[in-house]
Amino acid sequence: MDLKDKLISSFIAFEDNINVNDPVHDIRSEAIKNFELKGFPSKREEAWKYTSLNSLQKIDFSVFPKEEKALEYKDIKKYFLHEIDTYKIVFIDGVYSSYLSETTHDGVDVCLMSSALTKPMYRQIIELYFNKVANTKESLTSLNTAFSKEGAYIYIPKNKAPRKPIQILHLATGNEASLMLQPRNLIIAEENAELQVIERHQSLTSNEVFTNSVTEIFAAKDARVDYYKVQNDNENASLVDNTYVDQKEKSVVRVHTFSFGGKLTRNNLNFYQNGEHIDSTMKGVTILDGKQHVDHYTLVHHAQPNCESHQDYKGIFDGRSTGVFNGKILVDKIAQKTDAFQQNNNVLISDTATINTKPQLEIFADDVKCSHGCTIGQLDEDALFYLQSRGIPKKEAGALLMYAFANNVLESVRIPELKTRITRIIANKLGVQLGFEL
Amino acid sequence: MAYTEEELKKELETKEYEYGFYTDIESDTLPKGLNEDIVIAISKKKEEPEWMTEWRLDAFREWQKMKEPEWANVHYQKPDFQDISYYSAPNKKPKYNSLDEVDPELLDTFKKLGISLDEQKKLAGVAVDVVMDSVSVATTFKKTLAEKGIIFCSISEAIQEHPELVKKYIGSVVPKRDNFYAALNSAVFSDGSFCYIPKGVRCPMELSTYFRINQAGTGQFERTLVIADEGSYVSYLEGCTAPMRDENQLHAAVVELIALDDAEIKYSTVQNWFPGDKEGKGGVFNFVTKRGLCENNAKISWTQVETGSAVTWKYPSCVLKGNNSIGEFYSIAVTNNFQQADTGTKMIHIGNNTRSTIISKGISAGKSQNSYRGLVKVNSRAKNARNFSQCDSLLMGNECGAHTFPYIEAQNKSAQIEHEATTSKIGEDQIFYCNQRGIDTEKAIALIVNGFSKEVLNKLPMEFAVEAQKLLEISLEGSVG
Repeated sequence: MDLKDKLISSFIAFEDNINVNDPVHDIRSEAIKNFELKGFPSKREEAWKYTSLNSLQKIDFSVFPKEEKALEYKDIKKYFLHEIDTYKIVFIDGVYSSYLSETTHDGVDVCLMSSALTKPMYRQIIELYFNKVANTKESLTSLNTAFSKEGAYIYIPKNKAPRKPIQILHLATGNEASLMLQPRNLIIAEENAELQVIERHQSLTSNEVFTNSVTEIFAAKDARVDYYKVQNDNENASLVDNTYVDQKEKSVVRVHTFSFGGKLTRNNLNFYQNGEHIDSTMKGVTILDGKQHVDHYTLVHHAQPNCESHQDYKGIFDGRSTGVFNGKILVDKIAQKTDAFQQNNNVLISDTATINTKPQLEIFADDVKCSHGCTIGQLDEDALFYLQSRGIPKKEAGALLMYAFANNVLESVRIPELKTRITRIIANKLGVQLGFEL
Repeated sequence: MAYTEEELKKELETKEYEYGFYTDIESDTLPKGLNEDIVIAISKKKEEPEWMTEWRLDAFREWQKMKEPEWANVHYQKPDFQDISYYSAPNKKPKYNSLDEVDPELLDTFKKLGISLDEQKKLAGVAVDVVMDSVSVATTFKKTLAEKGIIFCSISEAIQEHPELVKKYIGSVVPKRDNFYAALNSAVFSDGSFCYIPKGVRCPMELSTYFRINQAGTGQFERTLVIADEGSYVSYLEGCTAPMRDENQLHAAVVELIALDDAEIKYSTVQNWFPGDKEGKGGVFNFVTKRGLCENNAKISWTQVETGSAVTWKYPSCVLKGNNSIGEFYSIAVTNNFQQADTGTKMIHIGNNTRSTIISKGISAGKSQNSYRGLVKVNSRAKNARNFSQCDSLLMGNECGAHTFPYIEAQNKSAQIEHEATTSKIGEDQIFYCNQRGIDTEKAIALIVNGFSKEVLNKLPMEFAVEAQKLLEISLEGSVG
């Protein structure tokens, strides 16, 4: 049985464990129908031209983990940003771990999707927001919606901000030979609210993991959301991340994606601007080697006038790795005075690495400033020589230049400890130790 | 302000197609429809050798298995391929020795088009192989060219007289099964131009052909083959106008360029086919496959000014096979009213030290859609490949669209690729600046559009540059964005 059939038949089993009379369940039923119709995306589709899910579909993934496994904090501490105090929402093999988590209902809600979906007190919000910005036509998003049950639920009321950043950590223990996870997150920032989220997926063994995650973010008027994705998983972990952002006027949403690991990573990042004077920022650093594959697929839909969007993606590719960047800026007829900028710079280190990039503009308004730039190149020989002539070994000199290359993206990280952490991961990835921090 | 946007809009909408006239010449036309018999009939009419007939039939069989491509960013009523006559040749077809013998009506047509043969003969020094509804009618300057060993004739003549060259190169750059329209063209192509420049020869004049679609309901399937042997140089011009028609006319040409070691081919096009009226009715469908192959140290340069056609689907490409080869693409695409253009290029880097440059300028007005679609591919063995791409779009009015779809695929670490694209309108401050200096708005717009397109216009040969500038003026002069 292939994975699609397995998932569709698992849905019946899934229905046994949930309340099928819940209005949310109608959404799930619709979603599974759409997935059944569309199936897994193939390379024949333009959006998946450079990324194939074929090999994943051959693996016999467990859809429901059988038993829970407890983990000690000390064993997984390194995956947290433990230098600062944070709220934590931790899932082990898709199941919430209250022991490792720290949630709150103090003025703001930082808790679980499972309770938001089932408890009556959240019903109104779920009706208003759940599956409202996600693309109901997209097959993998539908698949996630069908099995949506658990994940992070964050609700920040008007003029509020949580006391500390929020970490969402998904751990896979390798309890199953191969496991498929479908976390579903809902993040709502009401008017003038503010929050910071760090999300990480981590597999602890070499067993296969396939995560198909959907995150919906709603930023109301004047809200400010910072979302950091840290992707440094091991080589048997695959991730399809679908993030949908709905922004209202004057809101600011920044998503940073740091892709350093994983077998196959696909980031679908979709911004919908439904108000004026919105600022959307997408930045990413990708450093790959081995046979890793990372695909960044971004969409910014400028549907209202006077908005801005900034995209800046840097990639460094070694070994037999493949990097894909597909950025799309869509400017509606009424979205005059749009300022959209898109940049994608890449460095190829080895002859076997590949980069495919397609920065795309679709513009229907005439009074706009839209530009994109895209480069593929190498480290500057002169700059390397300059550093070497000042006593810096070649390897360190190269690393230094790559730091500088990625620094534009790191600069806008607003949690200093996270910045340090990322810097360290980069140094590690480049195989050098630098006696300073950038 | 003397000249307002409304006035411009009005002018653009009412601007009639200048070359919309119909020449009444008797034509020898095959019945409508397409099957193996028609393919054989075409081949027979052209008195082709058996291998050519077989080649056509092979292409036809491939074509039958293919589906029309749908990926382009254009929408149109698909042509009914059984409702097209695949062969039409001007009936009176004596071989002329001098221009005096040519049907005066035909000469008159050329005069209206501004390509008076004798004038060009004297003044411009351009040898024109005029293709009117698929069959070569006049070939001039043959003698001068023959002295240098240059072969410049219609492709049907070349099949008769130089079969070894045609056999060797036809379909070598654009294979029969390359795509739907290339396969169709391979099966039914009626005529076209053939050009061979021998080793080390620098072609003394700009070679040019003018294509016209004349007979109502006739698809035009041109086949062009240009071969530049080692160390040679040729500049080739192609210009197009078509009479006004209510039904859509299909044009599916194939152009193949072969630049052998150290050779250089410069191919320039001005395309001004009937774009349809202001309601988007009629107009030519232009589905063209153009591709060039560069051997070592060779260079191919495509320059195009696309102002006509209802639907354009065209990607002049370069396969940079040889080491140190160079590919260039300079394009201006102007769309107005309901025109749709999906055009761009492909640069395939295979050899070492290959270089390519892409400069694309898109100007959209009215309710038109203008897309740039390009591919830059660097093979894993192509060392030190270099590419620079620039795609700029200018939008006039808020009912048109500009789109950019650049595909970049690099598999070699020594590749250096840069791509940049911008979209803008004509700034009011720019206009104001000009007004301030006594330049009226209309002239200022012309100035700005001209400046916007300058990089490409500069690449055109003199004769074409003038024509191209005129074309730009027709559709866009005096626009306040």
